[in-house]
Amino acid sequence: MYDGWKIIIGIIIFLGLIAFPFYYDMGKATVTPDPKIDTPEIMKLPESERKCIEPKDYMKREHMQMLDDWRDWVVRDGSTIFIASDGKQYTMSLQNTCMKCHSNKKEFCDECHNYTAVSPYCWDCHIEPKESES
Amino acid sequence: MLEAAIKGGRGYWTLVCCLLALIGVGVAAYIYQFMVGLGVTGMSRDVSWGLYIGQFTFLVGVAASGVMVVLPYYLHNHKAFGRITVLGEFLAIAAVIMCMLFIFVDLGQPLRVLNVILHPTPNSVMFYDMLVLSGYLVLNVLVGWTVLSAERKGMPAPSWVKPFIIISIAWAPSIHTVTAFLYAGIPGRHLWLTAIMAARFLASAFSGGPSLLLILALILRKYTKFDPGKEAIQTLGKIITYFMITNVFFLGLEFFTAFYSQIPGHMHPLVYLYTGLHGHSQLVPVMWTSAILAVVALILLVPPKFRKNETLLTIACVATFLSLWIEKGFGLIVGGFVPNPFEGITEYWPTLPETFIAIGVWAIGFLVLTILYKTAVTVKEEVVFDKYGQKQIKAE
Amino acid sequence: MSINRREFLKIAGISTVLGIGGITAGAGLRKNAVEASSVMRRPDALTGKRWAIVVNLSKLKDEETIKRIAEACHREHNVPHIDYKNHEIKWLWPEKFEHAFPEQEDEYLAEEIKHSYVPLLCNHCDNPPCVRVCPTQATFKRADGIVMMDMHRCIGCRFCMAACPYGARSFNYKDPRKLDPKVEKNPEFPLRMKGVVEKCTLCYERLANGLEPACVKESNGGLIFGDLDDPHSEVRKVLEEHYSIRRKPELGTKPSVYYILG
Repeated sequence: MYDGWKIIIGIIIFLGLIAFPFYYDMGKATVTPDPKIDTPEIMKLPESERKCIEPKDYMKREHMQMLDDWRDWVVRDGSTIFIASDGKQYTMSLQNTCMKCHSNKKEFCDECHNYTAVSPYCWDCHIEPKESES
Repeated sequence: MLEAAIKGGRGYWTLVCCLLALIGVGVAAYIYQFMVGLGVTGMSRDVSWGLYIGQFTFLVGVAASGVMVVLPYYLHNHKAFGRITVLGEFLAIAAVIMCMLFIFVDLGQPLRVLNVILHPTPNSVMFYDMLVLSGYLVLNVLVGWTVLSAERKGMPAPSWVKPFIIISIAWAPSIHTVTAFLYAGIPGRHLWLTAIMAARFLASAFSGGPSLLLILALILRKYTKFDPGKEAIQTLGKIITYFMITNVFFLGLEFFTAFYSQIPGHMHPLVYLYTGLHGHSQLVPVMWTSAILAVVALILLVPPKFRKNETLLTIACVATFLSLWIEKGFGLIVGGFVPNPFEGITEYWPTLPETFIAIGVWAIGFLVLTILYKTAVTVKEEVVFDKYGQKQIKAE
Repeated sequence: MSINRREFLKIAGISTVLGIGGITAGAGLRKNAVEASSVMRRPDALTGKRWAIVVNLSKLKDEETIKRIAEACHREHNVPHIDYKNHEIKWLWPEKFEHAFPEQEDEYLAEEIKHSYVPLLCNHCDNPPCVRVCPTQATFKRADGIVMMDMHRCIGCRFCMAACPYGARSFNYKDPRKLDPKVEKNPEFPLRMKGVVEKCTLCYERLANGLEPACVKESNGGLIFGDLDDPHSEVRKVLEEHYSIRRKPELGTKPSVYYILG
């Protein structure tokens, strides 16, 4: 073929780039994420009350959208109380509500986020709980 | 047609490689700015817009200048411009791309730029700026490419392109009017709060842009076989002359209103720019350079004997372009922020990373321009005759 | 079937545009997770229609007092202390009287006033030019009159900074955590990241919890806070009894920060 060497080099570079995600992590062990919910704050609650503001599956799926909506309500509308599906009231705040129980960001939030290679920019502004005891 | 951009002689590839090198430096500098923040520039709490927005402001005028060759040709059948309308449109494309890039590198959170589309805000001039710039880019790509393709096939352009050409003629003034409105509607900045801001933008657009177009056309004549035609060059020269006179006149009007009314708010920014204010005079030599260049340009442009001499005309165009580049691309923006709303003065000068990023964006614009012009010139060299049956190629 | 390069590029281009456009449109049609029926205000939240502040200049004359009030505000909101003046961030700060009110500049101005300092902050205008120019509504006027900042939406274009006739806004030119390692003073309020504009937000988070703004609390009567729309509020009473001035009222911004001279 004409200009054969140019084409072959091009193909090699292309394969190198395309396969990058696969061989970059070669050899590294991947552990299924195991977010820990045994923080001191959660342990203080009686066993029957150790649940999040909404059911676990709902939170897993929707916490991103929920936090986004919370932000719109608090910042843009001025409403600060969230009425959960079970009627309980909570202040809509990542720093002051969510992280009060889930005070172990590294063993909770980061577990799944690192596994899925997601880096939400919440913590660029919102202050992480100081993990003095864990 | 675009494959003409990867076929070229040594001179062409040297140019492309130099531009790519400058782009590389610009990209590296931008990555540094992206990681550290806009603090790597010279901007401050007081002077919150600097080189990037200044360059965007100036280039918006250059982009609109495409209409200066399109309008006389399509609306008034000025045959001499027939060969270079495509060049005007391609310059507009490169300039609009540079505008958009300068806005992008100026954003503090560039990854959120789509918020402007996701949350449309009809009361914000910047929203309209995004709309008109995008629309103008699409129009020029569509029209320029179609007309060039038709020329290559030796056919008249398809009739559906005519309404788009008319729209682009009407659209062109809108891009620098809207950009002027960014400044002219701001209540607290007295250098900008003038009704003739849009008119000043028009005047500098239609003298600065065609100056660049003229220089580019002459460069093409020197280094390729394409000949834009003596008449086209001379008409462009006349347009540049009249609009440069208007531009200097408008600047004079600003000075009159500020200094005859003696209102401090109106005078202070001009005093800062041209004589220095309270000991701060960093921009004074820059602004006087612009003023002297403008005078030199007019001396060479106004007398027909000088204008007919293409060497003097080239010098005049360089002087015009540089004068307007300083005045609109730097002085106007920085001057608006001095003094600040509580009488403080913070001076501004671009930093090295800022300069490299700006050069990188200009290099991207010139690369786009090189590719598009190479395509256009290759087509014109192939067909040899323009649509009026005259040779647009220099005799060997 | 054979296809030439032009046709291929045309089809690829149109599919890309439709694909991206379709995904974007689909995302926009997604329902909210949290409906209006699931949220409410705290019953003790302070509500109003047009919040305003009256500055009693006789009580707040010197630079130290105003700096102390500014410290309270900045501490409450994790505003970084930055030494390099060009990048400084300030929500409330002292200025000489003639700088705050340049149109009143005069050599025969009363000596006491000439040498006094005045606290400057966002005026939470009723007709704010910054809101008018924001391309994303990241700064917007709330129903209670506060000119708010939505830090999640701000693209950092700084048009609002150019538009504000009072110089009330600051930009995060670099990461505040790097410029001021001790910036996290209040763990109950976030800070800001680089690349967004910030300014006084009238302590909206304190109002939502039934508390007055931090600067008002710290000023011990120097700053009076209230609802201009409420004829019985303290601000209305004070404005009724004292002559007041506002910064640059001729610009039509209708500022909500009034200054009385005693």
